[in-house]
Amino acid sequence: MTLAPPVDEAAPVIGGQLATFWLDGDLYGVEVAHVQEVLRSQGLTRVPLAPTAVAGLINLRGQVVTAIELRERLGRPPRPEGTDAVVIVVRLHGEAVSLLVDAIADVVDVDPSDFEAPPDTLDGSARELIRGAFKLRGQLLLALDVHKAVSA
Amino acid sequence: MDGLDDIVEEFLVESHENLDQLDTDLVALEQEPDSRERLSSIFRTIHTIKGTSGFLAFHRLEEVTHIGENMLSRLRDGALDLTPQRTDALLEMVDCVRSLLASIEANGGEGNVDVSAVVAAISAAMEDQPAATAPAPVEPAAEVTVAPKPARSRKAAARPAAAVASPAAAPTPRKAPARKAPAAKAAAAAVPVAEALVPSPAVPVPAPIAEVPAPVSPVLPSPRSEPIVESAESDGAPAAEGAGGQTRRAVADSTIRVDVDLLDELMLLVGELVLTRNQIVQYVGRSNDTDLLRASQRLNLIASELQEGVMKTRMQPIDHIWSKLPRVVRDLGMQCGKSVRLEMEGRETELDKTLLEAVKDPLTHLVRNSVDHGIEAPATRTGAGKAAEGVLTLRAKHESGQVVVEVADDGAGIDPARIGAKAVERGLVSPDALSRMSPQDVLQLIFLPGFSTAAAVTNVSGRGVGMDVVKTNIESIGGTIEVESVPGRGTVCRLRIPLTLAIVPALTVECAGDRYAIPQISLQELVALDAEKAATAVEEVGGAPVYRLRGELLPLVRLTDVLGLTSDRHDGHVVIAVLRSEGRRFGLVVDRVINTEEIVVKAVGGQLKAIGLYSGATVLGDGAVALILDVQALARRALRTETTDRQDAREGAALASASETERQRMLLASIGGGRRVAIPLDTVTRLEQVRTESVERVGNREVVQYRGAILPIVRLDRHLGAYGESDREVLEVIVYSDHGRSVAIVVEEILDIVDGEAAVRSDIDDLGLLGSAVLGDKVTELLDVRAAILAADPAFYSAPLPTTPAGVPAPLLEV
Repeated sequence: MTLAPPVDEAAPVIGGQLATFWLDGDLYGVEVAHVQEVLRSQGLTRVPLAPTAVAGLINLRGQVVTAIELRERLGRPPRPEGTDAVVIVVRLHGEAVSLLVDAIADVVDVDPSDFEAPPDTLDGSARELIRGAFKLRGQLLLALDVHKAVSA
Repeated sequence: MDGLDDIVEEFLVESHENLDQLDTDLVALEQEPDSRERLSSIFRTIHTIKGTSGFLAFHRLEEVTHIGENMLSRLRDGALDLTPQRTDALLEMVDCVRSLLASIEANGGEGNVDVSAVVAAISAAMEDQPAATAPAPVEPAAEVTVAPKPARSRKAAARPAAAVASPAAAPTPRKAPARKAPAAKAAAAAVPVAEALVPSPAVPVPAPIAEVPAPVSPVLPSPRSEPIVESAESDGAPAAEGAGGQTRRAVADSTIRVDVDLLDELMLLVGELVLTRNQIVQYVGRSNDTDLLRASQRLNLIASELQEGVMKTRMQPIDHIWSKLPRVVRDLGMQCGKSVRLEMEGRETELDKTLLEAVKDPLTHLVRNSVDHGIEAPATRTGAGKAAEGVLTLRAKHESGQVVVEVADDGAGIDPARIGAKAVERGLVSPDALSRMSPQDVLQLIFLPGFSTAAAVTNVSGRGVGMDVVKTNIESIGGTIEVESVPGRGTVCRLRIPLTLAIVPALTVECAGDRYAIPQISLQELVALDAEKAATAVEEVGGAPVYRLRGELLPLVRLTDVLGLTSDRHDGHVVIAVLRSEGRRFGLVVDRVINTEEIVVKAVGGQLKAIGLYSGATVLGDGAVALILDVQALARRALRTETTDRQDAREGAALASASETERQRMLLASIGGGRRVAIPLDTVTRLEQVRTESVERVGNREVVQYRGAILPIVRLDRHLGAYGESDREVLEVIVYSDHGRSVAIVVEEILDIVDGEAAVRSDIDDLGLLGSAVLGDKVTELLDVRAAILAADPAFYSAPLPTTPAGVPAPLLEV
């Protein structure tokens, strides 16, 4: 799956297209350019002694990819029993990492003018990983800092 | 003349390629005699051969190509026109160059190939003489080539039989001779056949040639004929095996240049194929379809053979790196005033090119070490009743899917006592721990970072890289290193290197429901005990489980404990994988052994590298991901006093705890990797934070400027072999001062101050530790402060006591 050329990773304000997903009732977005593919729930191999946010390893067509549980990473409660995670594979600096989220949503065009710094109500651990919020109609879209999110 | 020089071989391969092009060019040139482009191309080729042959001192080759070049340059410049006669002369020159090359290839020299005829023919063609040679330029040449030989040097005639045959065979099809030469040579293996071959192509030529068999045959049984037979034999053997090695015969015909990237790519694909094969074989194993079963068995075989074949393409004899060593040994021997003979055994042992590159530096280092520190000066040697000349032996062999490389010298050997003393002095090990180590274990201390080999055996200065670097390099390619030494008799360093990096034979085991792969390179044997036997066979010594393996105590490590998991095996069976790491054995207790599998090693992400227990991951036959255990790291983490006599250990611990029964206030600190260390509070002067960028280096030590003085630093995570993060911005530092000298001990985080309970201490200890205790419900290691301080500042306790208390004056600068 080929996607748009990589965006400037240091850009403070993001615009353009975000791939969005649901996590514990909130809508999050990551730059489309980082997203390699989206998969259904995969068999995970757990990694003893790994940081808690590392959910395990998945076999992505012969490639071994680390899976990060975003709920854990963002300090949210574990996913309810019986619901499967969706795997978003992102490619950063040539290395594939996967994020476990609740459900995938649309690709959204965002306008930098809608961007605002993270709301003050956001608590500690999540705050570092959220670059800010886009005020969409009837919904806030939280822009995830993928680089920080995967450096568990 | 045994074997060809690399340069010569390269030259041959190149020249053969060029000559093939030359044939095509020359024939094409006849069609379009004015093509400057082709002429230039031909000119360049001949010029290159001329240049190289001059450089390699093949004078006749140079002579022929020189005159050919002359003609070509005049043709190119338009001074001469290309006539069929000139083309013939040029082709003749090419044939002559070919036979010279064939001779070089076969015998390493130009042999008796005569060039004067060709030179004459070309000169004639240049002068434009309608020379007598013109109508049949080649045949006379062949005549001249062969005829003078028996006359001039009969003895040599037998040897270049092949070379003789080729110009003799030349007349009919022009392109044939070069091809035929190897054939004739191969036939020369059976000497009588060679006899028959020589005259037969010569038949059309009357008198002089007919005589050839006569002078040749009496010569054949002479010693001179042996080289041919030998070389033909040595050629035949590898060719039959299909090995591409240093086949002397037809270097150009038997090799092809391939881009290494392409080979890497192929290797990768084969790796994937092997994985897929594993999967299919596994699925098919469950079905009853015999046809499918048969097909999968075939696939299994073919994939294995393909894998082997592709691996072979990347294999190179270890001689490639060994060939540089005689010079190293000679030069270093001269420098040190020692006379050293280098012996090599198994130089044809092959291993993967990338691995070869990776062992080059460590091997060179070991060889230098042996010459520098191992082998004694001649006078010392004769004094000790040894030959004045030291012998350094390099051995390489294949052993159970690995390559074992040994660097052995018959020098002074390493004295464990001196190593031990040095290690204590450097604060790398506590005297207590040392006294409990076996001599074999003490030897392995030379691999500790910070242990200077130079100071260990002689005072010749170190070489900049220590044995710890050698060890790290070897381990980074999945190999292991051991050292054995008998004082006065010599030292052996043994490297075990996997055959290839990409595909590793591994044992898959199950532990708490997950599968893990253990590289077979570390695996020695498997022991399975049923519940009844396990109950008695697994004993506890001082709280640590051991198993008597053929009378020897094997310390046991439960994988579930190391990984912090709970075993799902409740039937009491015990499965032990006996592993070897750094010359020591231990038993890893797993839930189940699944099978052995060829696995393809995949790198794991940065998040997991930091854990330091996994060397990678792989995809198993059923598509599941399994972690590959890093046995070395496992051993370092789980083992304390491995092969030590535990009886001694217990007594030592009992003594230690008897003397320290009083309660002590302890500072708790984490050092990374989940390890906690307790430091007696009375040895702590201050707690500080230091910015990482303010750390400077003095020699190989880290220091920091602190209150106007220079403070040596010891990083506890490195000192104790934990896996701390190294890229933090601020370092937590415990400063300890005594008698005006201070050192800084870096920890990951300061946790708490608690009251220590000496009573619950266990005897488990490690380098730099006094033991361990349960403090605040967690096992905490008790730091051997003295050793840690000595690691930072070896002179800390021995320095004269300066009376200036506050400042840390000059003496520290010695550090």
